[in-house]
Amino acid sequence: MSANAHRPAEALKGLVRRQYFWGIVAIALLLLVNLIKDPGYLAFSIGSSGNLVGNVIDILRAAAPIILIAVGMCLVVATGGIDLSVGSVMVVAGAVSMEFLSGAPDTVGSGLAAIGLVIAVSAALGAVNGVLVSVVGLQPFISTLVIMLAGRGLAKVITGGQNTAATNESFRWIANGYVLGLPVVFLLALLLALAMGFLVRRSALGLMLEAIGMDAKAARLAGVNRRALLFTVYILGGVLAGFAGVFATASVMTVDVSRTGYQLELDAILAVVIGGTSLAGGKFNITGAVVGAILIATLDKTVVFLGVSSSATPAFKAVVIVVLCLLQSERVRRAFRQRRAATARPAEREAVAA
Amino acid sequence: MSTLTAPPSEARGARALAKRLSLHLDTLPTAAAVTIFIGMIVYGEAAYGRIVQFNTLSNLLINNAHLIILAVGLTFVILTGGIDLSVGAVIAFSSVAGVMLMNAGWDPWLAMGLMVLIGTAFGAASGVLIQYFHVQPFIATLAMMFLGRGLASILSTVPERLADDSPVRELGTQIKLYDGPKVNDVAITPGVIIAAVVVAAAFFVLHRTRTGRTVYAIGGSEQSAALMGLPVPATKMWVYIISGTLAGLAAVVYTARLGSAQNITGIGWELDAIAATVIGGTLLTGGAGFVLGSVVGALVLGLMNVLITRDGGIPPEATTIITGGILLVFVLLQRAVLARRRE
Repeated sequence: MSANAHRPAEALKGLVRRQYFWGIVAIALLLLVNLIKDPGYLAFSIGSSGNLVGNVIDILRAAAPIILIAVGMCLVVATGGIDLSVGSVMVVAGAVSMEFLSGAPDTVGSGLAAIGLVIAVSAALGAVNGVLVSVVGLQPFISTLVIMLAGRGLAKVITGGQNTAATNESFRWIANGYVLGLPVVFLLALLLALAMGFLVRRSALGLMLEAIGMDAKAARLAGVNRRALLFTVYILGGVLAGFAGVFATASVMTVDVSRTGYQLELDAILAVVIGGTSLAGGKFNITGAVVGAILIATLDKTVVFLGVSSSATPAFKAVVIVVLCLLQSERVRRAFRQRRAATARPAEREAVAA
Repeated sequence: MSTLTAPPSEARGARALAKRLSLHLDTLPTAAAVTIFIGMIVYGEAAYGRIVQFNTLSNLLINNAHLIILAVGLTFVILTGGIDLSVGAVIAFSSVAGVMLMNAGWDPWLAMGLMVLIGTAFGAASGVLIQYFHVQPFIATLAMMFLGRGLASILSTVPERLADDSPVRELGTQIKLYDGPKVNDVAITPGVIIAAVVVAAAFFVLHRTRTGRTVYAIGGSEQSAALMGLPVPATKMWVYIISGTLAGLAAVVYTARLGSAQNITGIGWELDAIAATVIGGTLLTGGAGFVLGSVVGALVLGLMNVLITRDGGIPPEATTIITGGILLVFVLLQRAVLARRRE
């Protein structure tokens, strides 16, 4: 229609398409709000041991676990599924590692062993989801809901209902250490996200996942091995959530069985939706999910910084999810299109007259 | 459903019996639930004693009245092939809001009405999202779950106690129907009566009205139901409104029994309610099931809690694991039955 008549509008549309652009805008806005409250908010300083210290570094550190679960959730959502169990896998991972380390010597070896154990346990939980979804054919939200609620029970059984604490310097380093002045957690999370992004976007894997999400039957007819892929995706989601659990517990070296990872599936889903991944499946954007995760961490920190009661944030996040879902829905999009068409029509008529 | 006529002759013996059984294949999970319930009672009586007696069984009803109400609401939703994950959080928000209003001097009956209406509002919001904006049911109700839990946490994060002389507590007081020896009485609470009325009304609506048949038809095939000219959009709205309203009602019943409310009330109850419904024989994919089955399912879960407490060897934290396990087993059973029927 009047496409080339509106260059700037077209450019704007391109930006709107790239949904995570708005995530970046939101991060900038939140930082601006903080900057207004405290002009020194963005300041860096070099800490005692040559590390960067500052609010932004804190945000990056807090974003690390959310990045991991958001990337995992992103892949699961691409297949048209959902993983509600990420928060519970995190607490189980935390419980397993703390329970193991509290009885193990303070060596690098036992730290590594704990991580190995976490990978095994979280992969097993992911595999349960994977089997239920891919082999049994259960709806994803039911099977992951069971793990979500049973997982927290499992963590309580593992620690005997206690909030187990442990000491292990190398394990603690993961959460509190620095490489090149940046926190290890953030670098690790970014590295894993990049690896995942490379894996799915540099191979046909991502396309296959999207194919499953768009139309499982058509994908099968096109020769996509739906079963194996779904199984793998849920295991990947589980392992990433396990790492997130390590990040979340290693910073304090304590697992809080009722609070670690609690309602983090909300953060993961929100990060994924902010990043422009459709919850209906069929398309995903890992960069967007990472931006979304950083946005959520910024939001959490801002809320605390401004002194707003942090109990209000989950409700606010839920409202944002609802709004984003509405924006993704066909009815709202049609309404927008009609309005745009209505404003474009007079211009068109002029063009015809000319 | 088995509206087909009975097999022509009972006299053909085994073959007729087999045919009859296969006709009633979708009642198999419900039958299994009843069997398990009886089995649990027998086992409990044999292993721990004092199960088959008036006060234990009365308490089973009294302590699970809210779960029965929730399960009835979810039966409607699941029959249409949908899901409602928000019920637990709706209870948290509704009960915290209700108790705080009563403590602030509101008329208790008005506050109770508002508690139910809060549930209605949540259900209506889910329904609009699902029906008019085509958000998947679990996403819409999940968002409502986080919203409800978040709103409850904004209101209060500590237990809110109901005043001792509040008339709401009367809904939780036991009425002795039969005075047995010692404490072995047959007792019910107004909460149980409410649950019974809800079950009866739901039974009537689902099995005797056009709305009920539309609910089943949507679960069977939404497209066919729409092509047949059934009021699909309105009915789908209604099931979520019913589920939300019943969650609000369950909040009233639970708060009355407990005498306090907290923002963490009802964590995991969505799983309990879904499990009760599925154990009771309602297909998770919709289209087949019984509201009375859901009642049996709720009682199975309640009895399980009693047995776990009596046993003492199983940590209470493991309850959710067991509930989840049972849910999965029944879902697998449904799959098997469905696969069998397709053959």
